[in-house]
Amino acid sequence: MISVLDYGMGNIGSILNMFKWIGVEAKVCNDLSSLESAEKLILPGVGAFDHAMSRIIELGILEALNQKALIEEIPILGICLGMQLITRGSEEGKKKGLSWIPADAKSFPKSSGLKIPHMGWNTVTSPHKNPLSVGFDEQPRFYFVHSYAVFCDDPESSIFKTSYGVDFDSGIQKGNIFGVQFHPEKSHRYGAKLLSNFANL
Amino acid sequence: MNILRPRVIPSLLLHDEALVKTVRFGKFRYVGDPANTCRIFNELEVDELVLLDILASRERREPNYSLLRDISSECFMPLAYGGGITSVEMAEQVLKIGFEKVIVNTAALQNTDLISDISKKVGSQSLIVAIDVKKSWLGKERCRGLSGRWNSGMEPIEWAQYVQSEGAGEILLTSIEREGTWEGFDQHLVSRVVDAVSIPVIAHGGAGSMDDVSLAIKAAGASAVALGSMVVFQKKDMGVLVNFPETEQLEKALA
Repeated sequence: MISVLDYGMGNIGSILNMFKWIGVEAKVCNDLSSLESAEKLILPGVGAFDHAMSRIIELGILEALNQKALIEEIPILGICLGMQLITRGSEEGKKKGLSWIPADAKSFPKSSGLKIPHMGWNTVTSPHKNPLSVGFDEQPRFYFVHSYAVFCDDPESSIFKTSYGVDFDSGIQKGNIFGVQFHPEKSHRYGAKLLSNFANL
Repeated sequence: MNILRPRVIPSLLLHDEALVKTVRFGKFRYVGDPANTCRIFNELEVDELVLLDILASRERREPNYSLLRDISSECFMPLAYGGGITSVEMAEQVLKIGFEKVIVNTAALQNTDLISDISKKVGSQSLIVAIDVKKSWLGKERCRGLSGRWNSGMEPIEWAQYVQSEGAGEILLTSIEREGTWEGFDQHLVSRVVDAVSIPVIAHGGAGSMDDVSLAIKAAGASAVALGSMVVFQKKDMGVLVNFPETEQLEKALA
């Protein structure tokens, strides 16, 4: 069973729809007790970095999240802003991130002249084998919408790379903790594959 | 430096619970069942889907949430919905169902605070402002609401700049004179709006061939195109056939 955290940052309907479509049981997690009993967790998110961190603190779930990620080590997947939250922080805001993976979210370089947000379909490559890219036999493409991009300290933590004016880490991992910048729930069969890989962990 | 492949977006028109296709916003022709057609586009792995309830504003109806729910439960690409959205709450409701973007036109022309209200709440990436343009008999271009029936008196370039400043994330720009005609996009209109704003402009209305798609992107500078007749009919004046250009065709047209 996968728990999808509903903390008021963006819609979780699409994620639940996709899990239903691929035949994976998933439920909404919107209180402390359901978070404490979660076996696998999706941390979604759309919106502003500081607002999301404030929500997590206000709802009193920060400690439980750390417990799940760092002590119990259940598989966790951050999606979009959810991925940025598991870094140390973002240039978008002032608040400290969850800091589960040594990485930062930074603005795209202005000099590129490309439109921001990075919105649309883009390809990803996997620098090395990882559990989420199992079964990708061609270069997969995913749907992105974001104005800040994540860069890891340790190249080993980078599981997907994407290029948009600059090469950034579109997927990160450290042990049981994963993050993807794109929206697998909106990325046709590529996203379905990635989410079923997560479900199979 | 690398530029994204421009998005090619089927735009589907809802009329009651059926899909229709129009010519210059009139002459409704039945195309098929909405959920079924969307399912086919999902199988064709289209980049994105735009769904417009074309009479909702005129009939003062709220979005048909249960139909949108049916569609979002079987479509795994970005989805945008427009028609009858007059408040932040309605916009939020549509997004909650699993749509990524809401589209407003008439209500934004009537209530100029609506764009910033929605944008502040849901983010500009989730807000498209549709601009339907028609020339008056004096040749002046004006933005129209209520499915083309109401002349707002607003000039398209000024309005495009205003909606950008209020927080619109994209503009869906439709030429009413071209819509459903297969005669090509209004290149002149598209390029002037593209030059006037920095947000993505989706060209809509009149596409009849991949050459038209290519021109809108490469010559006029649109970030995306929306296709109506081309993706629901075999050819002009021929039968219904839900279709989408092959990847090779798209790459050739957009390269």
